[in-house]
Order: sequence, then C-alpha cells, then structure tokens
Amino acid sequence: MRPVASWGRLSAPPHDVVELGDRDRVAAQIAGRGPGIAQGMGRSYGDACLNPNGLLWRTTGLDRLIAFDAATGRLTCEAGVVLRDLQRLMLPRGWGLAVVPGTQLVTVGGAIANDVHGKNHHVLGTFGDHVRRLRLVRTDGETIECGLDLQPDWFAATIGGLGLTGLIVEAELQLQPVAGPWLEAQTLPYRGLAEFFRLSDDSEAGWHHTVSWIDCTAMDGRGGDLRGLFMRARPSATPGRPWRERRRRMPFTPPLSLVNRLSLRPFNAAYYALNRGRADTRIVHAEPFLYPLDSLLEWNRMYGPRGFYQYQSVVPREAGLDATREMLQAIAASGEGSFLAVLKTFGNRLPPGLMSFPAPGVTLALDFRNTPRAVALFERLDAIVLAAGGRLYPAKDARMPRAMFEATYPNLVRFTRFRDPGMSSGLSRRLTGR
Amino acid sequence: MKIVVVGATSAIAEQCCRLWVAEGPTELVLIARDMAKAEKIAADLRVRGAGATVAVVKGEFLDPAAISAQVADAAATGPIDMALIAQGWLADQAACQDDLAMLREALEINALSAALFAEAFAQHFARQGRGTLGIIGSVAGDRGRKANYAYGAAKGFLARFAEGMDHRFAGTDVRIVLIKPGPTDSPMTAEIKAGGRRVAATDDVARTIVVGMARGRPVIYAPPIWRVIMLIVRHLPRFVFNRLSI
Repeated sequence: MRPVASWGRLSAPPHDVVELGDRDRVAAQIAGRGPGIAQGMGRSYGDACLNPNGLLWRTTGLDRLIAFDAATGRLTCEAGVVLRDLQRLMLPRGWGLAVVPGTQLVTVGGAIANDVHGKNHHVLGTFGDHVRRLRLVRTDGETIECGLDLQPDWFAATIGGLGLTGLIVEAELQLQPVAGPWLEAQTLPYRGLAEFFRLSDDSEAGWHHTVSWIDCTAMDGRGGDLRGLFMRARPSATPGRPWRERRRRMPFTPPLSLVNRLSLRPFNAAYYALNRGRADTRIVHAEPFLYPLDSLLEWNRMYGPRGFYQYQSVVPREAGLDATREMLQAIAASGEGSFLAVLKTFGNRLPPGLMSFPAPGVTLALDFRNTPRAVALFERLDAIVLAAGGRLYPAKDARMPRAMFEATYPNLVRFTRFRDPGMSSGLSRRLTGR
Repeated sequence: MKIVVVGATSAIAEQCCRLWVAEGPTELVLIARDMAKAEKIAADLRVRGAGATVAVVKGEFLDPAAISAQVADAAATGPIDMALIAQGWLADQAACQDDLAMLREALEINALSAALFAEAFAQHFARQGRGTLGIIGSVAGDRGRKANYAYGAAKGFLARFAEGMDHRFAGTDVRIVLIKPGPTDSPMTAEIKAGGRRVAATDDVARTIVVGMARGRPVIYAPPIWRVIMLIVRHLPRFVFNRLSI
C-alpha cells in the first residue's frame, strides 16, 4: 500500500498499486482481483481515479503504439499512451489528435473514460467522437471489442464511463490532418456576460478554438460587471516565432495556499490589465496557447497542503446567461475562487457517451482552495446549476451529492447494466453506492 | 545507424530504442527471450520511427556458440554501429542467500551473459575498427551492500570487464560505455516503489544513455547525480558504512 493523491490533492489515501505493462497480460493481472480502478496520469481532480484502500491499476506502462495508417490517419495504440507524446510524434507527419483537453498530460484511456473536451468542442466535439474502436478487458477475464458499428451499446457506455465498464486496454483513433503547430490567435477584452455570448456566437463559425478567461472577483453584486478575456484561435499556415518548451516545476508545496483572499483580486486585476491591450492578431505555437499550464509541472501544489477543488458545470443555453450571472455573483461574494476561471460555450451537439459531460450550453470551470467557505459555496452553486437544468463534470468532482448526480445524468440507470462488478472508484462509491 | 540491443524488452532498452528511432533512419536488431513482448515493442518502434527497420531475434543468453552466432547474424547484413547490452534481473537478495540455484541464475544473467555478449560484439568491432558498445551496469555495482550484493556484485564485475575493454581499445575508434543507472521506474523496481522510494523516470535515464553513447563516454551515471552519491558511498569508511542500513 502506498499513498496516492489525485490532481486536486485533497487526500492521499493508501492504494495497492499494480503496474500494467503488457496488454496481453492485463486479463490475467486483473481477472478476479477487484474491485479496483484504472489510473493513467492521475489528472482527474477528485476521486474518479482513486480507489482508497483498494487496488489501483496503473496504465502508464501500456504506452505502445500498435499501428498507424498514414493514408487514412487511423492510429491504434495502447490506453496508457500520453496525448503529448502522441501529438509530438504525429504533428511533424501532418496528423494530430482532433480533441485535446486543457492539458496534454493525460492518457488515451483517461481521455476516453472521461470523454474529455477541448477548446474546439464547437467544431469537433469530444475525444470520444474520434474513437473508432476500443478493447475493454473485464475483471471476469472477458475481452470486449466495441466501436460505433460493433457492440455500439458497450462503446457508448465506455466513452465517458469513468473506467467502470472494464479496463480500456487499447483504442483506434481517427487523427485529423494538421498543417502545422501554428495558430492565429486573438485576445479580446470584454465586459459583461452578454458580450461574452455575442463573442462566442460570432466566433463559432470562423474560429477553431474559443475560450474565455474571466475575473471571478469582478462581479461582486455591488454593480461590478464581469470582465474577461476572450481568446480565439485558428490554424495558421504562416509560422510564428520558434517556441521552445521550458519545463519548470513547482518545487515544493507551500504551507499555505498561494491562491487566497489577499492574492486573488490583485492577481486577476494584473492579469486583465496585462492582456487587455493585446487585441491584435498574433501567430502563436499551439502548445503554450492550448496547454498553458503544462509548462509548470506540479502546479497543483500551489494550493497548499489542503489541496483544492475544481467546480465545472454546464448549463443549457436558454438558462445560461442568468444562471452564469448568479453563479459568478455568488462566487465573487464568497471571496473565494482562483486565477484559473474559464468560461466556454459548448457546441450544439450530443456527446457520444451515455455518461459524457458536455451538453449544448455554457460551461464554467473554477478552482477553489479547500476551505469550509468554498465547500459551503458549492451547495449554493449546485442549487443554481440544478435549477438551470445543468450538471457537473465527474472528472473534476470530489463532492457533488449523489442525488444531484442521479438527477442530472439521465442515462445512469442504463449505464449501470454495463458496469463491471470488479470496477469501483472513490467516485463510483460516493455517487452510486458501489 | 544500425544498433543491436540485447535484452530489448527491458524498460530502459525500450526507451533508448524510442529515442534512437526518433533521431533518424535507424536499423534496429532486438535480441530478446520474450518474443511476444519483443514483437509488440518492435511494432511500436516501427510506428514511432517512420522508416525504421526493426528486426526481432529470439535470444539465447547463456550459450557461447549461440551468442556468437546471434552477433554474427546481426553483423551479416552490414556493419553494426552500436550495441547495447541491457539484460538484467534484480533478484531478491534474501532468496539468493537461501537458494544457491537462484544465486547462480542471478550471476549468470547479470554477469556471465552480458560478458559473453560484450566479447562477441568486441570481436566484431575490433574487425571493423569502430563501433560503440554500451553495457548496462548499475550503481549497485559501485559498492557491495547487504541489500543487493548478488545483483551488485554481478554489475560490479561488468564494471571491471568494461574497464578492461576500454583499456584494450584505447586509441582506436571502438568505444566502450559502461552505464550505471540508479533505481529506475520499471517492472524490475516494483518493490522499491512499493516501499515509497523515488525512482528515476525511464525516459530521462534513456536520454542520458543515448547522449552518453553518442559521445562515447567511458562511464555514464543516469541520472548524473548518482556519480556524486556513489562517490560518497564508495568513500565511506567501513566502520561508518557497516552501521548504515543502506
């Protein structure tokens, strides 16, 4: 047993960690051994990738590529391959992943199990939309091959299935032709939520990537209006200035969260002020634009020894403006929040998985250091999300009430039929009882 | 660049191969006992290194005639630029003390087999007048310790062997590179990790090895900090060392 924490570092419960390294031995390694859960890079924030006091099957050793067809862009690989390795290998050959989340440091298996999305959701949907086939090993030793036209019910249950339908061992992905690593990017300062929605709608057709940073402290209910930076980008044929990765690491965990009531307002104000004058079009490298935090390893230590929560919700478009305003006011009034506050509209499309998070509407994501005040705030936010017909993202969640999960994931009962009885995570026990 | 890797299913060797195929056109010959695993590694390397040629050879690790033949076969298709000898087995020390057959097996695979391959490659490199031979030793070979002297002594033997070869080939274009990794993230170190000790990332260790072999450095510590650590450990007086539980 050794302590393992997830990305939010809220706790580090003991786990019996078993490393997987050979895809043909996985069935023998997990059969009859559960309950356990697979973990890749451990980037989910809460307890989706933890199984406190139980088995944890580490998949990062399953990192072999199996086949690539350079004519069609179809790549078959093991589930522990890290997206960044794949991107750096394939981009020079003119191919890239269609969907990458805000960090490239996740595995293919994790990206499928959480059906992750990126800043181009309105164009290309979720990661699961580009998986053609996958192989699942169950704890009874059975292997299930599934895809859109092969046992599609298993396929839909496994995409976004939080690792609970079995262990994803390999997947076939459809890559996209990519001209190069360069993006034409704009940063537009704006005020007010209505302006955010206008910019989002205007950018959907012509811009591949859209996202907005917001100052979560600005809308304090005393007349302060939302301010934010709307960032949009699209592939560029013109190369920009060469970019070289600088790998830095948060060297230690500070005794107190560096994000706190003192630092929050000045930092947000400074960030806004520094970037508001950059409305001109720039050519940037995709990596620092799309994954800004990947260059600071272990940035999650910034929140101190007590760790942090991320709260990510989606609410339907009709209710989106009012619900988002209410949430931002509640957050600003609490004085909690972080520099990492993100607002984005999802495209008007249905996700491929039974339990996928994205839905047409607007998603808000914010980090909160772990304090009683933040935990109390979440209940208030839950009520707003529920009233608006929205839901929370399990990959980020460590605390949503079970009733909220049941009420907001209508396919939960159908999904349960596909669960592997030998698969169980902290999240599955908290939200489904087993 | 033609590279022959013995013990190619070892985690460190696999990562080295990934770096080599990424560098440019590479012809790899993988010698391994576990053919199924070696074939999976070969398939991976073929995808990673578009245009890389990867052959897999079923290895016979202790039979001198078979070892000569394997190296001769690998050389038959053209001169070998580099060879890496990577097989190793971190045998349980306590088990080796109780079971002489296990001790013998540990010494055979870690010391004897590696030395036979090293000599076979040396013959080839001597004939062609150039080549780089990498031998994976270990920091465990720098000083005998109660925790792992069966393994450590075998790796220490390789250090002497490589030192002698380096002497033999001084002034020629044959390079002998002894690689001493510290504890590295691999299936071999599962118990070390379970004990909560930090291990080095395999790809970082591999990068140090690939760079060091390209430069033909006689002794590589990976990660390099182990050079300092082992300098201290080697020089601890016995009366101090024997009181430590390291």
